[in-house]
Amino acid sequence: MSLRSPVGRVLGLGSAGEGVSHWWTQRVTSVALVLLGLWFVFSLVRMPDMSYAVVTAWVSSPVNAVLLSLLMGTMVYHSMLGVQVVVEDYVSHHGAKIVTILLLNFLHYVLAALGIFAVLRIAFGSVA
Amino acid sequence: MSSPKYQRPLSPFMMYRWQYTNTLSILHRATGCALSVGLLLFVYWLVAAASGAEAYASAQQVFAHPLTRIALVGFSFAFFYHLMNGVRHLVWDTGHGFEKKQARASGWIAFLGAIVLTAILWFLIARGGAA
Repeated sequence: MSLRSPVGRVLGLGSAGEGVSHWWTQRVTSVALVLLGLWFVFSLVRMPDMSYAVVTAWVSSPVNAVLLSLLMGTMVYHSMLGVQVVVEDYVSHHGAKIVTILLLNFLHYVLAALGIFAVLRIAFGSVA
Repeated sequence: MSSPKYQRPLSPFMMYRWQYTNTLSILHRATGCALSVGLLLFVYWLVAAASGAEAYASAQQVFAHPLTRIALVGFSFAFFYHLMNGVRHLVWDTGHGFEKKQARASGWIAFLGAIVLTAILWFLIARGGAA
């Protein structure tokens, strides 16, 4: 006799209530990062130099600004999921684990907001 | 280990002999953590560029510092290794490449490939004068 309710079995979300979404999102972001990461490295190498004029002109192009924002968001999300697993593996004290993960999540969201805002600020030409 | 009262299962690291594949495995996690730290530098670069020419000039000084340069070489290796070994993991997720021979060959490809790509990147940067 199974102790699981029929609804629980149908939803397939397990005891944590989120199923394989963490694992799956880590994979989805990794596939996106292969493409976005290679695009970024190629772009970097093709720049004549890393001067202010060259870099801001490159970021200002609409395609680059959109892809860079996507890279920023995907990278941060992938990193957030990754360090969460590391903390879960090595921090055994439950309270410390929760607090560490929370702080790291906040830090990641701040980084994403800063990075994307910076890209948009350059792209929209609102730099003083 | 104290005399076992119960036959509990041992954690893998306590019973497996060392193989280079397990070093490659922990290197994936280590490079992932390193890249999370590198994210700070990446955002710093973007924010500096968004803060005007003067802020960007002072960021360029930070990036031109020898210690930062060494860190950047490290970050670029971490990037390429994590990328190549990540693809290796994605292939494993499809259920392929688990044979000992395949897993060892792909491990070497990921590691040596990352070194080669890092070298190519910095050769191109040095040649292009990007700084």
